[in-house]
Amino acid sequence: MIPLKTICSRFVPLPMENIDTDQIIPARFLKATTRDGFGKNLFRDWRYENNDDTQPKKGFVLNQPEYTGEILVAGKNFGCGSSREHAAWALQDYGFKAVVSSFFADIFKNNALNNGVLPVKVSDAFLSELFALGNEATISIDVDKQTITIDQTGAQEIFDINIYKKTCLINGYDDIDYLLSNKKAIEAFEAKMV
Amino acid sequence: MGKTLFDKIWEKHVVQKIDDGPSVLYIDKHFIHEVTSPQAFNGIEKRGLKVFRPQQIVATADHNVPTLNQHLPIKDELSRLQVQQLIENCKKHDIELYGLGHPFQGIVHVIGPELGITQPGMTIVCGDSHTSTHGAFGAIAFGIGTSEVEMVFASQCLLQTKPDLLRINIEGELQDGVLSKDIILYIISKITASGATGYFVEYAGSAIKSLSMEARMTICNMSIEMGARGGMIAPDETTYAYIKGRQFAPSGERWEKKLNDWKQLYSDADAVFDKEIYINAAEIEPMITYGTNPGLGISINGYIPVAESIADEGERKNIVKALQYMGLEGGKQLLGMPVQHVFIGSCTNSRIEDLRLVAGLVKGRKKNEHVQVMIVPGSQQVARQVHAEGLDQVFLEAGFEIRQAGCSACLGMNEDKIPAGEYCISTSNRNFEGRQGAGARTLLASPLTAAAAAITGVVTDVRTLQNIL
Ligand code: SF4
Repeated sequence: MIPLKTICSRFVPLPMENIDTDQIIPARFLKATTRDGFGKNLFRDWRYENNDDTQPKKGFVLNQPEYTGEILVAGKNFGCGSSREHAAWALQDYGFKAVVSSFFADIFKNNALNNGVLPVKVSDAFLSELFALGNEATISIDVDKQTITIDQTGAQEIFDINIYKKTCLINGYDDIDYLLSNKKAIEAFEAKMV
Repeated sequence: MGKTLFDKIWEKHVVQKIDDGPSVLYIDKHFIHEVTSPQAFNGIEKRGLKVFRPQQIVATADHNVPTLNQHLPIKDELSRLQVQQLIENCKKHDIELYGLGHPFQGIVHVIGPELGITQPGMTIVCGDSHTSTHGAFGAIAFGIGTSEVEMVFASQCLLQTKPDLLRINIEGELQDGVLSKDIILYIISKITASGATGYFVEYAGSAIKSLSMEARMTICNMSIEMGARGGMIAPDETTYAYIKGRQFAPSGERWEKKLNDWKQLYSDADAVFDKEIYINAAEIEPMITYGTNPGLGISINGYIPVAESIADEGERKNIVKALQYMGLEGGKQLLGMPVQHVFIGSCTNSRIEDLRLVAGLVKGRKKNEHVQVMIVPGSQQVARQVHAEGLDQVFLEAGFEIRQAGCSACLGMNEDKIPAGEYCISTSNRNFEGRQGAGARTLLASPLTAAAAAITGVVTDVRTLQNIL
């Protein structure tokens, strides 16, 4: 995993609640056997008319060039539904490094963290503040300090992340490295279990 | 202080606890399927690793398989490749595969329990959110992402933070015509699609105790639809009787020993939960959803909420958007509305009991001529049982189409899809936009409510069916 320490970027607002992973990446695109290339089908059915990727829906934010950035800001309960990690791969492949929302579904949160995409949980009020900003505004996220700041207004919140995950993210470690380094303990545990 | 059922199982499986961090949790059983496993196999191979405990993994092909002519090669190339890759990966890594053509093949959450692989006290994972189904046996069972599938391949463990615990107590007797699907749709409609996020749920109370194992599985299956990590029910005589004698169930002395262990699996009387909810079973009516998440449900005679009457702005916008997608209007009833499709299947309601209930209702009747009805047994074993009991005859005479085992029209990934704009009463678990095919409109309901609509062609209160016909 690539280490993730800070992000400073404009953001893409998606002020909808309960965005489920079926919307982030519809099931028919889950047939690949590698992790690459999911970005082009991110929010596929919201992005294109009639499933035709030559006909972008003008009203959808990813098709509006004035909105851009490495941060997606979305309504409450983002990533609910299916456990498909393809949702996290699609966001990452598209270029998002962080998703900001006032509430995340559990499995999505883990999947995102396991792929170096940072879920940043903010208060409802802070989220509304973000949605009220213009498309020129930028956000700064500091993983170590656990802060998210609106650069123009200086408004700031502290977000939660467990210390273990934070260390992983900043250093680019993943859980498998940790688990593998504990093989002996796992084997001893198995021996005791039978 | 006493311990909860969850605590008892969790504590037995913690290999190690990281200070200020998650625990290394040992996994007893790992189910895999073709969609969420290929990248995990690639991952461990890239690291030069072998699967650590292949004998604790069971594989099947379910999401991508056609439900007609399963003896022929899969037509869709990408689906075929994905299924083929599963076969190769299982062979290479010595993993038991119940693939197409195998007598045990079926939806992963149907075959685990029916083969006796799923047992009380276990930790069970699968790269699929409905792994919560297995919790009906008093197991800690939850869905994981592909990176986590890779972790279990590599170490038979996961790093997990202990969730908060929510107990939902349902006391009293259910009304006639109300099934366990109605119970769970009712709960989700009350606490919303995100109401149990962060929690692991234990379902308890006399109404739960009175349910069969299959009915309990339907409830635990949909735990994820309210955001819960998983759901579980303490094992009891019903559980033991279900498991006994199944293919991979313990037998002889081992059975006795296991049974003793299982009998310790309950929440102590003085155990404390982070949150408790109480529901009176008698309040629950047959349920149906009108929106695009499983929390947007009403009783079958109820009225669709009027968006303007909802105070919370976010929620109001949600409902407006959902109703627009569904082509429905606030303030109206669903009752009497024509539907074009009925889908009876999925890991929520495709077991033999579900199909018996449906057959009981439709026996001697014909489906409405404007409805297409698809019955998809959850597994090859269920399909054989349907045949052995002559239920297939009942379905055929009613004009239903019986298909072969798989996820089918639950998720719009294989060939079975609902056309855009059409309505489908479905016994599955998700009504998200496009879930059953781009533009498809899903109404979630119980197998009885689905069967009633198959006969009448419209949304019907199954309790009044006699009067209608
Ligand atoms: S039946 Fe539907 S919900 Fe169940 S495992 Fe298959 S796709 Fe998922």
